[in-house]
Amino acid sequence: MLALLVVVSLILLTAYFGESPQSPLHSVQRGIVQVFSPVQAGASKVLSPVRDVANWVSDTLRAKSNVDKLRKTNRDLTAQLATLKTEQLQNEQLTAEVGLDQTIGIRNYHPVGANVTGRDPSLWYQQVEVDAGSDEGVEQGDPVLADGGLVGDVTTVDASVSIVTLITAPSYAAAAQVTDRAGDQGILAPSVGNPNQLLLTDLPGRAQVAQGDLVVTTGFKSGSLTSLYPPGLPIGTVGTVNPNQLFNNNEVPVSPTADLRHFDSVQILTRPHAANVRAQVP
Amino acid sequence: MSPPPLRLILRLVLLALGTVVIQEAAVSQISIFGISADLTPLMVMSVGLLAGSLTGAVMGFATGLLVDTVLVQTLGITSLLYIAIGYWAGRLRELRDPAHGLVPLAAGAAATAVAGIGMTLIQFLLGVDAPVSLLLFQQIFITILVNTLISLPVYAVVRRIIHPALPDDPRRRRRRAYTTGGLSPLQSSSKRLGQITRGGG
Repeated sequence: MLALLVVVSLILLTAYFGESPQSPLHSVQRGIVQVFSPVQAGASKVLSPVRDVANWVSDTLRAKSNVDKLRKTNRDLTAQLATLKTEQLQNEQLTAEVGLDQTIGIRNYHPVGANVTGRDPSLWYQQVEVDAGSDEGVEQGDPVLADGGLVGDVTTVDASVSIVTLITAPSYAAAAQVTDRAGDQGILAPSVGNPNQLLLTDLPGRAQVAQGDLVVTTGFKSGSLTSLYPPGLPIGTVGTVNPNQLFNNNEVPVSPTADLRHFDSVQILTRPHAANVRAQVP
Repeated sequence: MSPPPLRLILRLVLLALGTVVIQEAAVSQISIFGISADLTPLMVMSVGLLAGSLTGAVMGFATGLLVDTVLVQTLGITSLLYIAIGYWAGRLRELRDPAHGLVPLAAGAAATAVAGIGMTLIQFLLGVDAPVSLLLFQQIFITILVNTLISLPVYAVVRRIIHPALPDDPRRRRRRAYTTGGLSPLQSSSKRLGQITRGGG
């Protein structure tokens, strides 16, 4: 009996690993998720007071230790805001002069709100289940935002439920850009085992990145190849830059903007390519 | 070996479903020291300790399959790990029959370690493209610590749910008799007989 169970597990593992997402095993899995999702959504609502109390205790302890750090960040951001306001004014004037239509607000990507109904406890999959699916216009690959930043993309969709793979999952990668003077670009990859940190790899060895620089999605388009994400979605900020790590490995650590373990609701951008920057002939 | 009674099977099915739903809907969303507790390996370990190796292994397989399905993970990985946990906990009971109250604590730590380290090994065997941080081991260690702390209440709840449906184990019945003095070889036969006579009125 024991041998039979082990053999069945190994057969399932081998079959599933080699299958495409449209194969029978995946379809059965999606069907079961569809059946389970109302139960899970109900349980999530019923158990939310318990969850809130536990998270409140955890958040309070964490907030106390973050006060000094956030005060310093606040001072830095106030200074940055003044600079950016001036630059924005200049940008608006120049945009009007060259007749460029820049519509890159989140609203243009048709965001759909959803609640988190389930979360994966393991360190390896980093997925959350949300209560919006193809009925709401969600498609596979749609970017997902929460807590002011990019948190992942939709990897499985059913009628009323979707699975979102987080940016800290081992399988994740995205083109990203540092908002430094040169606008250095790289590939954002997770640092497996450290859910509070990402790595921006493939940067130029002499990139002028500094701690606190904002990292956003690139939103590239190269021939028929288009990034899943629109440009300018905030991902995180550059952490402590080690010049040796940057020069030798071409990578810097990035702290995600969103608190990936605490968000309860998300915004799914259902039309991520609806508002690309385009030039207009006057 | 006779199959487990229907009442026990029904309770085990409800226990597996309830644990997975509570885990996904609530426990996974509570962060303690940056990680979440995982009830499922503790529940499988508790069933193994209470019901034996075969029941533990089957429960491990079914719970693992449910976890993999509901979380849209690679099917079979969690089943494989939980079979080992359920079977091992059951064998511990069958070979040693530990009676100490803190056994679930140690068994919970071991079960979580098997689940965490086993998952890591299987993921490495399947191939990991992303860079791996050494903090992974710290995360596994903290998970073991948190799960160890909650293993006693989880064991108590599982015991409360499935104990009334468990078939009476002759070895446990014998031990109960020894504990109460009914069959203890340390007592003289006359004393034992006196107890029985008094008990019998």
